[in-house]
Amino acid sequence: MPESDILQAGTPADSKAVASLYFDTTAPLLDVQELRVDFQTKEGVAHAVNGVSFTLEAGRTLGILGESGCGKSVTAQAIMGILDSPPARVVGGKVLLSGVDLLTLNEDARRQIRANRIGMVFQDALSALNPVFTVGWQLGELFRKHRDFSRKQAKQEAVRLLDLVGIPAAGQRVDDFPHQFSGGMRQRVMIAMALALDPNVIIADEPTTALDVTVQAQIMKLLADLQAERNMGLILITHDIGVVADVADDICVMYAGREVEKADVYAIYDSPAHPYTQALLESIPRVDMKGQQLASIQGLPPNLTSMPSGCAFHPRCRFARERCREDTPPLYTVTPGRLSACHFFQEVLDS
Amino acid sequence: MSEVILAATDVRKYFPITAGVLKRTVGHVQAVDGISLELYQGETLGIVGESGCGKSTLARVLMGLIPATSGSVKLEGEELVGMKPSRLRKIRRDVQIIFQDPYSSLDPRMTVGKIIGEPFEIHAEVAPKGERRRKVQELLEVVGLSPEHINRYPHQFSGGQRQRIGIARALALRPKVIICDEPVSALDISVQAQVVNLLENLQSEFGLSYIFVAHDLSVVRHISDRVGVMYLGKMVELGTEDQIYERPTHPYTQALLSAVPVPDPGLRGHRKQIVLTGELPSAANPPSGCRFRTRCWKAQSVCAESEPALEVRDGGDHPSACHFAEVIDVTHAAY
Ligand SMILES: Nc1ncnc2c1ncn2[C@@H]1O[C@H](COP(=O)(O)OP(=O)(O)O)[C@@H](O)[C@H]1O
Ligand SMILES: Nc1ncnc2c1ncn2[C@@H]1O[C@H](COP(=O)(O)OP(=O)(O)O)[C@@H](O)[C@H]1O
Ligand code: SF4
Ligand SMILES: [Mg+2]
Ligand SMILES: [Mg+2]
Repeated sequence: MPESDILQAGTPADSKAVASLYFDTTAPLLDVQELRVDFQTKEGVAHAVNGVSFTLEAGRTLGILGESGCGKSVTAQAIMGILDSPPARVVGGKVLLSGVDLLTLNEDARRQIRANRIGMVFQDALSALNPVFTVGWQLGELFRKHRDFSRKQAKQEAVRLLDLVGIPAAGQRVDDFPHQFSGGMRQRVMIAMALALDPNVIIADEPTTALDVTVQAQIMKLLADLQAERNMGLILITHDIGVVADVADDICVMYAGREVEKADVYAIYDSPAHPYTQALLESIPRVDMKGQQLASIQGLPPNLTSMPSGCAFHPRCRFARERCREDTPPLYTVTPGRLSACHFFQEVLDS
Repeated sequence: MSEVILAATDVRKYFPITAGVLKRTVGHVQAVDGISLELYQGETLGIVGESGCGKSTLARVLMGLIPATSGSVKLEGEELVGMKPSRLRKIRRDVQIIFQDPYSSLDPRMTVGKIIGEPFEIHAEVAPKGERRRKVQELLEVVGLSPEHINRYPHQFSGGQRQRIGIARALALRPKVIICDEPVSALDISVQAQVVNLLENLQSEFGLSYIFVAHDLSVVRHISDRVGVMYLGKMVELGTEDQIYERPTHPYTQALLSAVPVPDPGLRGHRKQIVLTGELPSAANPPSGCRFRTRCWKAQSVCAESEPALEVRDGGDHPSACHFAEVIDVTHAAY
């Protein structure tokens, strides 16, 4: 294959800052390698993200699952380049978007990438949108700034997008302010913002956590439909074990800033290979069964400034023994493509 | 079944909507509109419904925290609505509440000992002064906290531990009924299970009756004996946990249940999906007839004209407020 076919220059929409970059379309769409983020805090350095790696291909959905504080949002923000530094510092790793390491780019280039190639949907639409501008103005702004559209063209695009994400009477609602929308409708507006410039990747950080269950179902369906239609890569960040089971292709479970298990969605729900994943699955009640007593995980997640030695999960783990206190488990390959950071993954699988 | 401990009959709670400098009343939010229920000794009655449907308002009315607009609430046969405040304060000993947000419901300037012991100030008969410290330490132990932490402040505890503090305070006066308003909604999954288990253990240990209000249908199924489903101030379906989850008959219950994700990717695409359209109407100006009709896929003209009563209908085995009630299994896979 001639090199020109493999290496595709930035699309015409990309500005000068990005035009000189070569996006390798044969490389994985998004390839995060050994990402590390520290926070400088009063109690010392908190290792919020501790060597996270994953790959996302076009048309696939990766679910990042974990309880609050485990580093999901910080991971997303590091990929997007929107961490506040200080206190945050990316201290290691690579974020390769079609082969280009975003961590090496300057702020101007990253802004371009954020607008054109990676869209983000946040949990709290009300604080992510600007309260003093209409949603039409905010959507249109993207086209005026990045596509040199006229005001009129930009507004037309805004209406088209609002319509696309299922906002009734988009032509009228385009002139409304964020607070005039219900929670679910606001989330649709934010999805429209993230989609506006046809990104290759969408990162949705707890997009339905604040919503009622019927609205959650609508929003998840919208995201899944759009992703399939446009063959985007979708990263779905959530603490909800049910939501990811419904939509993700692959799952990455995080604990204390580290991925502890990574697998195909069917494999992980069928037979988890890490004690933490197993315990999580046993600790949630199910709507389709009247269960027994819930298996709760004893204790609390660790303080990130003073992590337990060895495996960070060992103080709460029912499989733990001496070795877990001493050796930090690497990410063992359980089966090809399936990883677990537990010395005794085989025992977990068999249990 | 055992005796009724708490009974509500046709309870309404309307909040006035005021406008202008004179604060003229221009309408009412019908937050709770004609709800009747009975809580039996030792059982857990779950109340589910989406935000704004009136769950918290109902909870507050049931324990006499806010007065009902009309209707009756009886605790062991004694009417609470219209009761003298002094008597109400006494009787409130028997009904306690646990809130969702362990962060904001605990006074940050008070030690845990003070917070848990506070109810003894009003009800000195439960614990004479000299015994209070020991009582508080006992309570800390009962909810799984260290008695040595009696002098700590709320911020020194995690979310789950703070919820335990809230539970200890609710237990202080040895109540008969505890109303739990979204007690685990703010907690992480692993901690949620700890608190749910604690509530279950306390129930069997002390013979408590619970009203368990939550929007999480899975948690409610787990903990409840019977479940009521609310929509826009009304109870639309009421039955045993099995009746509601295995044989729901109201279209709203069915839509709610079908929207709950199940942690089993094998069921993907095999469960019935009822996706509601439209927005929740305003509780200040609810639709005529059946309040759910503007979002209901079964609605006919009769639904706009007459309000369906909550009653047992043909083919059903429990009360449902739908003219066209019929059983649809939405929780399980349909191959
Ligand atoms: N601004 C900040 N200052 C200090 N520490 C922070 C900050 N933001 C996040 N952290 C730390 O990073 C960890 C991961 O946070 P986050 O990624 O937001 O977790 P989550 O998985 O809930 O999204 C937290 O435990 C917290 O200690
Ligand atoms: N103090 C109040 N004044 C006016 N309206 C209220 C008040 N409290 C609740 N409401 C309204 O009553 C309705 C029911 O609220 P609430 O009981 O909090 O619902 P839920 O707990 O189910 O989310 C909502 O429309 C809410 O806005
Ligand atoms: S390595 Fe040890 S402590 Fe860590 S999860 Fe596995 S068994 Fe538990
Ligand atoms: Mg987060
Ligand atoms: Mg409430």
